[in-house]
Amino acid sequence: MAEHATHVEGLAHHFVSMEQQKEAGMVGMWIFLLTEIMFFGGLFLAYTIYRTTYPEGFLFGSHLLNVKLGGTNTVVLIVSSLTMAMAVYYSQKGDRKKLLAFLALTLILGLAFLGIKYVEYSTKIHDGLFPAAATWNPPSEGEHAIPVEKQQAVHVFLWIYFLMTGLHAVHMIVGAGILITLIIMAQRGKFTKNYNSPVEISGLYWHFVDIVWIFLFPLLYLTGYHFTPGGH
Amino acid sequence: MATEVMETTESRVNYLNNGTTVKSWLLTLDHKRIGLLYLFSISFFFAIGGIYATLIRLELITPQGDLLTPEMYNRVFTMHGVIMIFFFLIPSIPAVLGNFLLPLMLGAKDVAFPKLNLLSWYIFIIGGCLMLYTMLSGGIDTGWTFYPPYSSIYSNSQVTIAGVSIFITGFSSILTGLNFMVTIHTMRAPGLTWFRLPLFVWAHYATSLIQVLGTPVIAITVLALAFERTLKIGIFDPKLGGDPVLFQHMFWFYSHPAVYIMILPSMGVISELIANMTRKRIFGYNFVAFSSLAIAVFGFLVWGHHMFTTSQSMYTGMVFSLISYAVAIPSAIKTFNWTATIYKGSVSFDTPMIYALAFLGLFTIGGMTGLFLAALGLDVHLHDTYFVVAHFHYVMVGSAVIGYLGGIHYWWPKITGRMYSEFLGRISAVIIFIGFNLTFLPQFVLGQLGMPRRYHAYVPEFQVLHILSSAGASILAVGFTLPVIYLAWSIKYGEKVGPNPWMASGLEWQTSSPPPTENFTYQPVVTHEPYEFENVEEIKQARQAELQRA
Ligand SMILES: [Cu+2]
Repeated sequence: MAEHATHVEGLAHHFVSMEQQKEAGMVGMWIFLLTEIMFFGGLFLAYTIYRTTYPEGFLFGSHLLNVKLGGTNTVVLIVSSLTMAMAVYYSQKGDRKKLLAFLALTLILGLAFLGIKYVEYSTKIHDGLFPAAATWNPPSEGEHAIPVEKQQAVHVFLWIYFLMTGLHAVHMIVGAGILITLIIMAQRGKFTKNYNSPVEISGLYWHFVDIVWIFLFPLLYLTGYHFTPGGH
Repeated sequence: MATEVMETTESRVNYLNNGTTVKSWLLTLDHKRIGLLYLFSISFFFAIGGIYATLIRLELITPQGDLLTPEMYNRVFTMHGVIMIFFFLIPSIPAVLGNFLLPLMLGAKDVAFPKLNLLSWYIFIIGGCLMLYTMLSGGIDTGWTFYPPYSSIYSNSQVTIAGVSIFITGFSSILTGLNFMVTIHTMRAPGLTWFRLPLFVWAHYATSLIQVLGTPVIAITVLALAFERTLKIGIFDPKLGGDPVLFQHMFWFYSHPAVYIMILPSMGVISELIANMTRKRIFGYNFVAFSSLAIAVFGFLVWGHHMFTTSQSMYTGMVFSLISYAVAIPSAIKTFNWTATIYKGSVSFDTPMIYALAFLGLFTIGGMTGLFLAALGLDVHLHDTYFVVAHFHYVMVGSAVIGYLGGIHYWWPKITGRMYSEFLGRISAVIIFIGFNLTFLPQFVLGQLGMPRRYHAYVPEFQVLHILSSAGASILAVGFTLPVIYLAWSIKYGEKVGPNPWMASGLEWQTSSPPPTENFTYQPVVTHEPYEFENVEEIKQARQAELQRA
């Protein structure tokens, strides 16, 4: 009877219908994103606590970050969210060519973000600002000097910066991996008008990672941007 | 009639004989087999945790520290806690019974994401192997709470690897919870509305919620701790600008709700046992169902009661104390409803019911002593004493493990298709009850008298109570070993059973024992409320006749 209905393309054996399978995927991704919120939430809590403890360190530390690169990255990610949404749209239309184009575009933007992040990180590490004991060597004189009494507070700011953006970058790398998988699947013609939930579900993930950055950028780069901390 | 059932059972393909190679087990996507994989893995860890417990109780027989060095003793109680909590109690009921039963109870063929389910087990095993490595390379000495700055700079033990191990294992827990939530949302059989769900399912839904929302917080916390240790970053270390109290907040934000990850599934089991062993619709179904959710939600708001004595403001403490008291309300609702269900029921005293009754008594003691500790003033006296140790063992062993064992016995005929020795089952349940109380009741007195936890030497006045406790522990060890033997024996020699040996309600009892790989040979449709027992009188008579034959 119904159980032995003809095999539907893309339907796993333990689901009754395509709708059930899609719903499971969507609910699953939303719950996963809840987990992710709590995962980053721990760090946002740490941010709040330490920003209250070391306001001057956060003010100073924020000025060490490159707002232009950070801002560029914000734009890159927002545009990538748009291209991802377009990819989802064309997957539902069943337009394989446009789906592929937009997936590729999203991937390129994601990689561009990671490239810019790499430049930012390596400059910081080069300047002795990576807060591990072995690499922490902040300049105490010269143009970019950090006054000795502020160094510990800046250290705290910088580990928060590296941990939060680092975790975000890891999510971007995972996202890039997902996009590559989607591109291969689309290339092979796996997605049809009826079966496209992987694109939509991955889209949710991608937008989530973007939103995290939308919070990170002002909290880390723009702290006290309109004020002038001492010495600058 | 009975012989007919057996013959069909013999020839039928079920999930156990459908593929017998090692590969067919290690690569299985069948939720029932994955449940069994967990059963073996966590039993292994339970045995290891038990060995550490034995060492602790042996050391404490005498007031002076003579068996273990102080450093060694630190490692022993830490490893006992870490292994029992993260590698036995957290996975216990959800990963074993939940995995096995949830799709059966929902009338589904499997959980929503079978591959993810298998992946969870592998993640668990990877985390477990790392913990074994930690153990073999010297263990950790920080206490299972990992408080910095001790754990971040001063400890010379394997804190980093242990942290990574817990980080990894956490994802196993998260993915199981996620899988269960999606399964409950989307895979219910036709007619199985939310309020027709067995209470076991409600309890697992609440548990999954905690796993999904709480576990990531401890994951990021121990990850930060591992970074702090390896890279020497001032995340929690005050010398480098960090805040050790922040760690405590983040740790308990997970670790208090984690207690509910252990107890809620057990409560779900007890609901099933009591309803089915008394042949009565559970009293106040909606209250029991919603109290699970209430416990899960309130559970996230009480973590500060672990920090009444560590730099928390008095007013914060008052709020945390108040909310901690509030959690007692849904717990009490459950307990009263269970008791009311038994009233005038046709009670059977088979092994599962003995466990259920033990649960009622032990959970009441465990829960009520929690209120002592949630009281701001009294906690100052009892904090970090054996009173705390006794309290949480009443909840984690007296309630969570008892529920787990009750559930294992109750569903054993479903899992294996065979019945264990009822006589030995009852005996060992009673032995566990006696051994448990003898072990932990004296510890309430010890704590009240001022015996601190985590000390390996103590003043001679405490020796009598410690000897009683150690004696109880050895009885408990016998009680825990017996089921391993007679359950294993029953797999080969136990009497074969039909689909529903307890004459219980619930979809899992409609399919054959052991169930076929696809769970049901037909699409189950649910047409009535849970725990509806139609022929109570008949069952009563049948049981009477059975008793006379025996
Ligand atoms: Cu607590």
